[in-house]
Amino acid sequence: MSASTHHDGHGHDHGAHGAHGAHDAHDDGSHGSLRDYLIGFGLSVVLTAIPFWLVMARPFADGPTALAIMAFAVIQIVVHMVYFLHMNGKAEGGWTMMALIFTIIVVAITMTGSLWVMFHLNANMMPVHDMSQMP
Amino acid sequence: MSSITMNPSANPADAPIAFYDLDEHDHPDGGSTMLGFWIYLMSDCLIFAILFACYGVLGGNYAAGPSPRDLFDLPLVALNTSMLLFSSITYGFAMLAMAKGRTRDTLVWLAITGLFGAAFLGIELYEFAHLIHEGATPQRSAFLSAFFTLVGTHGLHVTFGIVWLVTLMIQVGRKGLIPANQRRLMCLSLFWHFLDVIWIGVFTFVYLMGMLR
Repeated sequence: MSASTHHDGHGHDHGAHGAHGAHDAHDDGSHGSLRDYLIGFGLSVVLTAIPFWLVMARPFADGPTALAIMAFAVIQIVVHMVYFLHMNGKAEGGWTMMALIFTIIVVAITMTGSLWVMFHLNANMMPVHDMSQMP
Repeated sequence: MSSITMNPSANPADAPIAFYDLDEHDHPDGGSTMLGFWIYLMSDCLIFAILFACYGVLGGNYAAGPSPRDLFDLPLVALNTSMLLFSSITYGFAMLAMAKGRTRDTLVWLAITGLFGAAFLGIELYEFAHLIHEGATPQRSAFLSAFFTLVGTHGLHVTFGIVWLVTLMIQVGRKGLIPANQRRLMCLSLFWHFLDVIWIGVFTFVYLMGMLR
């Protein structure tokens, strides 16, 4: 493997492609360590317990509670991604991260688009118009 | 396509160096499996995004039927969540045992993971049976249709994860921790942790937000 020194991640270059494949097969960082798993588990327990407590004990009003539990969910998803799924920008030449970013964009468009459109549709379908007043 | 292409050079003196080795680099078996499986998981993520969007749109249409506040039992959901979280950490321990080459420890941790997964499914099926017994069936309202579709799809994923886990336990038991089995275990690891990530969305948006509606 004469070209194993370059790691530019582009599959078109023969040498880099070969080095890329060999790198993946011996990627020791993909397992994580005991410490990683325990940190991830500890954070997950805390980040799960707090939102459940917020909803079961109801120390705050509805609005702030909803915002808080959504924030905790986002933080916990990031914790799982980092400590359990071992996401980083370097694995597979950065392509897993690219796929993840693309998916997040599509998910964001789908979710906000659906909720936004359907919310307005519901608002416009409300039977509030008095049709007898129409010209 | 031949793996070695001779350059039809006019000068025979140049011939020995004028060829291109198109296929020299051996792709290690399964060298691109992890990236491919990750892309599958991302496509699975899109399925769940659609189901979450569906639930977000329809989740308030009770058709004069029961609302989340009437139906959901948060302590049960918390128990369910802890089962899935425990199964995540025990799967992590199985991967650590695998990295050290300990076949027996790997199998024990996989078995514990499977039991936690089965407990999760058992609690979920109990919850579903309870809801259906109370008349909160998927046919009752758009909210319940969306609820059963979203949570049921997640439960189906966990079911197939357990089938896969048992299959791999038999594989590892018969062939040991060979590279192919290590690769399969790493794919299942991604799948299993991914399901836990989806469950974070489910308990937050369906159960906790449902109680606030």
